[in-house]
Order: sequence, then structure tokens, then C-alpha cells
Amino acid sequence: MTQKIGVKYQGFPSDEELAKIPGVPDAERIKKGPVAFIECAQEIPCNPCEEACPYGAIQVGKPITNLPKLDPKKCVGCGNCIAACPGLAIFVVNGARDKAEISFPYEYYPLPKRGDIVDCVDRSGKVVTTGKVLRVVRAPNYDHTAVITVKVDQEYIDIVRSIKRLGGPEHE
Amino acid sequence: MKTTEIAIIGAGPAGLSCAVEAAKAGAKVTLLDENLKPGGQLFKQIHKFFGSREHQAGTRGFRIGEQLLKETEELGVEVLLNAAVYGIYENKTLAYVKDGKDHALRAERIVIAAGASENALAFPGCTLPGVMGAGAAQTMINVHRVLPGKKILMVGSGNVGLIVSYQLMQAGAEVKALIEAAPQIGGYGVHAAKIRRAGVPIYVSTTIKEALGTEAVEGVVIHSLDEKWQPIPGTERTLDVDTICLAVGLSPLTELAWMAGCEFTFIPPLGGHVPIHDENMETTLPGIYVAGDITGVEEASSAMEEGRLAGVASAESLGYYDEDTAKRLKDEIWQRLNSLRTGPFGEGRFKAKIKQLQARRQLA
Repeated sequence: MTQKIGVKYQGFPSDEELAKIPGVPDAERIKKGPVAFIECAQEIPCNPCEEACPYGAIQVGKPITNLPKLDPKKCVGCGNCIAACPGLAIFVVNGARDKAEISFPYEYYPLPKRGDIVDCVDRSGKVVTTGKVLRVVRAPNYDHTAVITVKVDQEYIDIVRSIKRLGGPEHE
Repeated sequence: MKTTEIAIIGAGPAGLSCAVEAAKAGAKVTLLDENLKPGGQLFKQIHKFFGSREHQAGTRGFRIGEQLLKETEELGVEVLLNAAVYGIYENKTLAYVKDGKDHALRAERIVIAAGASENALAFPGCTLPGVMGAGAAQTMINVHRVLPGKKILMVGSGNVGLIVSYQLMQAGAEVKALIEAAPQIGGYGVHAAKIRRAGVPIYVSTTIKEALGTEAVEGVVIHSLDEKWQPIPGTERTLDVDTICLAVGLSPLTELAWMAGCEFTFIPPLGGHVPIHDENMETTLPGIYVAGDITGVEEASSAMEEGRLAGVASAESLGYYDEDTAKRLKDEIWQRLNSLRTGPFGEGRFKAKIKQLQARRQLA
């Protein structure tokens, strides 16, 4: 059977679905500096991201099932929304430096340490490259959701979304 | 005989929320639960809840449970634990077993918030040790801190299957795969995306052929299904697992409502036979209310709102609220409930709930 594409079949949004998310930052914006990348493609009743943003850059409004809409001009890429999203579906990408920086939520132990070289995975969990851990932030208001930032080659800026679990089992 | 004003059966999200609202209004409330600890399923929900920020979305479920419990204590709610209610008799008298002894409790109002139980699935080998409900596995890891197995197959892609898969990995297990008999993933895409990023394959149109093993699960054979849900020969695959978790839906725990004589209606999207109730959560029996999964399987956030509704309405019926105050409170709750029942995942439940309320009006 041929694999159907899309969040309903594969469990993660396709490129086409990602492009339709309101306010997804374009390549030009990503090159300017850190910006949120919201991968919330289904209308579910949820809005903590809206209040988490200190810059008013995320709007859900009413009804609560609206997809969150990012204003990439207002967003400074602070990453407060990353740990606030119950779906762990918000990332921050930064294409302003020679290497791409990707921040993502992470809720497994053990945590990597700053400077570690780690296997970086795409949305399907496939290891696509290695990266260097730049930061591991565990703020009290994140309530145990760590926010990790890794540095990878620019070509992976739209691809890498997490790291392979440390001490986890091997997946084929 | 022991007496109370409002007896609430079940101290889960619906029962606790109901107790808080009714006690806040001034009613004397007795909350009964068969478990040793209150909280129902709330204390094993270690993930951050969805929903509206003003109603604790983004907060981990067990913290919401702790908060509700604290409120019941502050409000002086009587909580009877290890108290299994086994009957509702005339004059709103409950019979329950506590500490090996029978007791009776006469109440002026009864709220049944008994919850739901996990569905089973029959397949060769389904009685082997290692086959369990996903909710059972979740209780083991998040309440008792015992890993049920190391290599898991999850069956069912609703939010329970997706969330428990994630939590099993957080607890240190490996989830070999998640399979779904339907051609699409049932739960939220964001929950699915979490486990995909962690390397778990999700196979849709796939089911269990058999569990392998003699003393316990030693493996599983899965196969693909065609458009008519028939197995496709030659698609069998064997996975090396020691645990099979079943997340194939829930059924409302309706026995007490049947026994009391409440009238029922059959609504498959809500889990089958559900007690008919009105906008106040009152059943066809005056003074007997229902709230939470017993009224139709949803999730904790709507169970809490239904509990609040039953709490306000039952307190109002005892004269603790005037009509205007009660109406204002109930309208607010209904607004929140309706907002939880919108969007592609909520619409079906919204329509099913309308049908349930219509069933009440037809009887009237």
C-alpha cells in the first residue's frame, strides 16, 4: 500500500500542510533572526500559546479552535511559547548565523548538556544529521519541559525538529 | 442512618469539580470513591492539558487534581475513600462498602460521576500476561512507578493511545509501533507528532493477528487491513514486543444509573448506552444527576465542566442559589463546555450531546 501523506496518516504535518499554517515565517524572515515556527495544523480547542507570548505575536481569539496565527514581524523568537504549548508543537528557528539554530521542547531524561554532539532527527524521528547543543533551558515556568537549542547545517533548518533520545533504544 | 445533602459518587475530575461547586454554594457534600486516593484518572495525567488558558490549559493534569483536592478540603467536603457504592435505593439511599462493612447514606441529591472503563479487544493470545489496557499501563508508570514492559506495541491511535505511548517512553520503555485499524489517526496530530519525532512508527489500516508466547507475551503478529477492514494476506509482520497495550476506546460505567432506574438512550459516539439528562445534568429521576464520562466519553476538561454544572444545579435545587445567580453560573459553564466541543475533533461530540438533550425533551 502506498503511504498517504499528511498529519492524519503519518502523524506529522506534510510540507503542504505546514505551508498553510497561518503566519508561518518565510525564508527571508528566518534569515533575519530567531522566530517561532508553529506546527499546529488541526483546529483543536487550545490557546495557551496566545497568552504565553509577551509580544502579542500569537493570536488564537474566538472560537478557541482557531489555528494560532503568528505575526512574524512582532515575534522576536524568545521561545516562551515553546514550553507553553501542550502539544509540544512550537519551535524557534534562527537562520541569521552561518549555522542554523533550532529550539524545541524536550521532556525525556537524561537531558543533553551544553556542548554535546547529538543525533538530530526530522519530524518522523529519522536521524538526519548531528548537531551541537547550544542551550538547555529549564525555567521554573516551563514546568519540566526543557527547551533545547541545537546548531546544525543551514540545509536542515526546515528539517530538524528534535534529537534522538539519549540512552533510548535503537530504532531502525 | 447517615445523611447528607449532596452525595457524589466518584472523586475523579467530574466528582471533585462538582463537590467544589456545591460546597462553595453552601451545601453539605459527601464525596465517595472506591479507591484509596481521590482524583480518579487525574493524578496519572502528567502531560499539560489542552483547552482554554483561563481554565488551566497548559497545566499538567495531576496539578489540576491537587488544586481541586485542596479546594475540597478547604470547603469542608466530606470525602469517604475505599468506599465502593454498590446500590442506589429508594429515597435516594446509597449502599456502600467501606472497610469491609456495609453502610447506608441517605442524600437529598445524588450525583453519579462514576467515569468509564477501558474496552477490551479479542485476538488469539489476548489473555496472555502482558496484554493490558493502556490506562492500566499509565497507572503503573505514573502512579505506581512500575514499568509494565520494555518493548511495547500500542493498539489504537486515539489520544489515549498517543499520550500513553509518549509517557511509556518518558518512563523508559521502547514503543516499537502504534497500530490503528482505521485508515486515519484518531487523536490529535500534535500528540502523534511527539511520538513520531521520538521514532515510533504509526501504521494505519493495521491490526493484531495474534500475540505470540506461552507464559507471557513474547511477540506479536500484525497485518494490514483493506478498505473493507479485511486482513490482506501476505502483509503479516512480527514485532519483538513483551507488552501489548490496548487503547481501543472506553465505555461509560453506567451500572448505578441503570439500577437507580434512570432512562437511557443509545449514542455510539458517546460510548453506547448513556443516561438521558437535561441542561442541569439531571437524569430522568428527579434529584439524581450525572457528570463526566458516565454521560458519554469525552476528556477530563469537559468532565470537570459537567461536574461544575451538576454542582451548581444540585445546589440551586436545594435553595443555595437563587435562579438568577444559578443561571449566570450555568451559562458561563455551558459556554466553556460548548467551546470544548468545537472544531473537527469536537463537532461529533457536540452533535451527540445535542441528541442526548433532545432525548430528554422528547420524554418531557
